[in-house]
Amino acid sequence: MADRITLEVARYRPEREAEPVMQSYEVPLRPDWAILDGLNYIKDQLDGTLSYRWSCRMGICGSCGMTVNGDPKLTCATFLTDYAPGPVRIEPLPNFPVIRDLVVDIDDFMTKLPTVKPWLVRDEHEPVEKGEYLQTPEELDEYKQYSMCINCMLCYAACPVYALEPGFIGPAAIALAQRYNLDSRDAGLDDRHDVLSSDEGVWGCTFVGECSAVCPKGVDPAGAIQRYKLTAATRAIKDLLLPRGGR
Amino acid sequence: MIETTGPYHRPISLFWWTRRRAYLVFVLRELSSVFVAWFVVYLLMLVSAISSGGDSYQRFQDWSGQVWVLALNIVSFLFILLHMVTWFGLAPKAMVVKLRARRVPPRAVLAGHYALCVLLSAIVAWLVLR
Repeated sequence: MADRITLEVARYRPEREAEPVMQSYEVPLRPDWAILDGLNYIKDQLDGTLSYRWSCRMGICGSCGMTVNGDPKLTCATFLTDYAPGPVRIEPLPNFPVIRDLVVDIDDFMTKLPTVKPWLVRDEHEPVEKGEYLQTPEELDEYKQYSMCINCMLCYAACPVYALEPGFIGPAAIALAQRYNLDSRDAGLDDRHDVLSSDEGVWGCTFVGECSAVCPKGVDPAGAIQRYKLTAATRAIKDLLLPRGGR
Repeated sequence: MIETTGPYHRPISLFWWTRRRAYLVFVLRELSSVFVAWFVVYLLMLVSAISSGGDSYQRFQDWSGQVWVLALNIVSFLFILLHMVTWFGLAPKAMVVKLRARRVPPRAVLAGHYALCVLLSAIVAWLVLR
């Protein structure tokens, strides 16, 4: 195995370039190095002007999502050796404006996320003295998968609906809404319904399924969306057929 | 002061759907709706021909035997199979079925859909061919 590998990295410096250009760097090819280690090597040893986001290096913070050879990946969880002998093409996540180099603007998601109220909504709050809101393991299993989302934006990068219809709330926000909708301690189903069942909500999704394919945490946002479609459709039929008291 | 151009918005290619296999399958699945609609029209034409008597039905059969109609129907059938497979694939994701407080495995939900499809097809075949 060669001991070096070429990284072709997208550079966009708005004060210099009108559009991104590719720049090649040679980095050591070590079996324990992820793509992120290669980028850190560039930053520390070759070119300190390269900009990218990262933090935890262990697939928890969700900061280091980038496009690696065309696929949305967490660069801390993607090994250089899997791309040997290279070159490896590293670009910012698609479907987001590029601020600089590999850094994208996710303000759109940050604006949309609170609209689905991704927190526990309670009708009545118990006094602290009464202790925790208890939950059985079965009740935990109902939503646990969706709680693994780390907001890494890979699902938005893989979603062609989000690319074509930027109003779409998107996979992660809907999965996070379902994380709370399915929580036995939550009473916010009605509060989230209008946003989720709008044209920009679950009905915007055409079930391409790539959001789930690229998710590094096994959240399955596509499943969450289809599941809520069934909930929304059942609710619409009940609203149509049943008198108010029977719903 | 340095002049900047601001965030870069990448253009979306007209051929974005060729970039990934899943995108291509998705576009083909959306396109399959056209062929589903054609099969509905074809079925209505068949029913109309039958209800108009033997001559009319014979003319419909002759028309259906033409190469281009046959080719169209074969292509339509393939698209309808794609439509069916992709929709059935969606079902276990949308439906969380519980039996005795335990979740029925997604594969069982999928198998149930195929079993129902085979059963209904067999009933239709029996009605037509008996």
